[in-house]
Amino acid sequence: MANEVVDHGRRRFLTITTAVVGGVGVVAAVVPFIKSWEPSARAKAAGAPVTADISKIEPGQKVTFAWRSQPVFVVNRTKDQLAALPSLDVRLTDPKSEVTDQQPKYAQNPTRSIKPEWLVVVGLCTHLGCVPDFEPVMKPEPFDPNWKGGFYCPCHKSRYDLAGRVFQGVPAPKNLPVPPYHFVDDNTIQIGVDPKEAG
Amino acid sequence: MANVFTRVGEWVNERAPNLAPTYRKHMTEYYAPKNFNLWYYFGSLALLVLVNQIVTGIFLTMNYKTSALEAFNSVEYIMRDVEWGWLIRYMHSTGASLFFIVVFLHMFRGLMYGSYKKPRELVWLLGMLIFLVLMAEAFMGYVLPWGNMSFWGAKVIISLFGTIPVIGSTLVEWIMGDFLPADATLNRFFALHVIALPIVLLLLVVLHLAALHEVGSNNPDGVEIKKGPKGNRWDDHKPADGIPFHPYYTVKDLVGVGFFLMIAAFIIFFAPTFGGWFLEHDNFIPANNLVTPTHIKPVWYFTPFYAILRMIPSLFGTAVWGVIAMFGAIVLLFLVPWIDRGQVRSIRYRGLGFKVLLFTFVVAFIALGAVGAGVIAEIMPSWEIFFGRVWTIVYFGFFLGLWAYTHFGWEKTKPVPERVTTHD
Repeated sequence: MANEVVDHGRRRFLTITTAVVGGVGVVAAVVPFIKSWEPSARAKAAGAPVTADISKIEPGQKVTFAWRSQPVFVVNRTKDQLAALPSLDVRLTDPKSEVTDQQPKYAQNPTRSIKPEWLVVVGLCTHLGCVPDFEPVMKPEPFDPNWKGGFYCPCHKSRYDLAGRVFQGVPAPKNLPVPPYHFVDDNTIQIGVDPKEAG
Repeated sequence: MANVFTRVGEWVNERAPNLAPTYRKHMTEYYAPKNFNLWYYFGSLALLVLVNQIVTGIFLTMNYKTSALEAFNSVEYIMRDVEWGWLIRYMHSTGASLFFIVVFLHMFRGLMYGSYKKPRELVWLLGMLIFLVLMAEAFMGYVLPWGNMSFWGAKVIISLFGTIPVIGSTLVEWIMGDFLPADATLNRFFALHVIALPIVLLLLVVLHLAALHEVGSNNPDGVEIKKGPKGNRWDDHKPADGIPFHPYYTVKDLVGVGFFLMIAAFIIFFAPTFGGWFLEHDNFIPANNLVTPTHIKPVWYFTPFYAILRMIPSLFGTAVWGVIAMFGAIVLLFLVPWIDRGQVRSIRYRGLGFKVLLFTFVVAFIALGAVGAGVIAEIMPSWEIFFGRVWTIVYFGFFLGLWAYTHFGWEKTKPVPERVTTHD
């Protein structure tokens, strides 16, 4: 035994290959644990489209519907409110809705909607996901003396106009996202399905 | 009887001969500087609160239900129907806030007396890791009652990770296990809060103490007692300015424990919510994913960091900067041993500039806490952003100032004594 020559190269090779094979095994074993944190099949199934009756929403009113357990604001905007929108462009971060992830193509227009009066947006601040307050009245507010109506986030004071477009100089970086939706008829919208898919 | 104890002792000693020497090394023959003052209570108090959190936490799990549907009601059940449940829960919730009070004071002591300096950098780093894990532990614990502030606090904190470019939104879904904080989120937070993070925390505490006992404790004079004269009443080769940790400091710490428990008991019995600071009013409303509380804010111990997050505007279409600044505010604390190039440890012998810097840092920390808690928004709303940004700059200015002050040799220190100032 004592006379045997130790082959260091062979020993190192075996050590490294054993460690690599063992390491691959450990990484593979970690995958199921990481994947177990992803939304479950049940959570994904709960994200089905939602049909909303909008016939009772008076001009100037907002109603919140839940889609994928997120609040979706549906606002019936008045003529005055719509008329005030273009005047705000200079104070906004993305007045022309150029960040394409924030709305489908059919809502990339000055009112960010399919029908001008009906605003449909996901009511979660693009900063850190709080629900902004609806402040529709055009009057000087403590947070903005030239307020033309819109959304005000109580968490970190981000402000959006009545098209869900974000103001400059607030923590939120992007406009409120417009979810996929379409009009089933004049009184009903379906949230979660594009007009194209609805056919 | 005594005979039986002696024989059991001998029996154990034969089989584990290192047990008694280990005890002596860390207790009766661990020589700590004799000049510890009031600031040296907070380490042992932190340990006391940790034990309190573990014991009360174990008893809370016996009645708490981990489910989005049942969690809120099970906490109310503990408060109303479980015998003494209210006491156990208030001990746990008050303990959380007191934990941060003693840890903040403990960290301030370290900054004041230069306890992070060579050779104690490892003690400081392990302590900062404890602080980090403690913040995660406290955050997840706050989510468990599933009140409305639990829900929205979780939402905001998890959304921080959503600001990371490219992977952000996937990461957020992965953390929550759903599109919003939900049952899956609550369950995993429970698992992390009651088992995973406490194990890590205990391990780090053991390492923190082990690292401390390797190098020995610093003291208010910042003098290295191991380099001073040798020989004390107990050992001719040990530092003359050292006294055995046990019984001297165990007894001293017991006095601190007595005072601390009086304060804790007062809060637990008379002001358990501490006017909405320890338990927020909005958390007495069940979680509601469609209604945000009017003033969403974290518990007080997160407010300084939260304020930094709020004060940084988004730039180039992303809100990641505030998140970077907030985490940077903690990372810089990790780096203090290398930012401070000064040779003198204790504030007693350091230059005026250091005292001014440390003082402004403390003021900035408190001022940012007030911003984060929404106090400034209430008393002077139009000045909040300006006020908050100025103190954010002061907070970061402390680290820059400390580096410049010591790196360029601007500091005029006083002579450091050979021995601790209160020796006989």
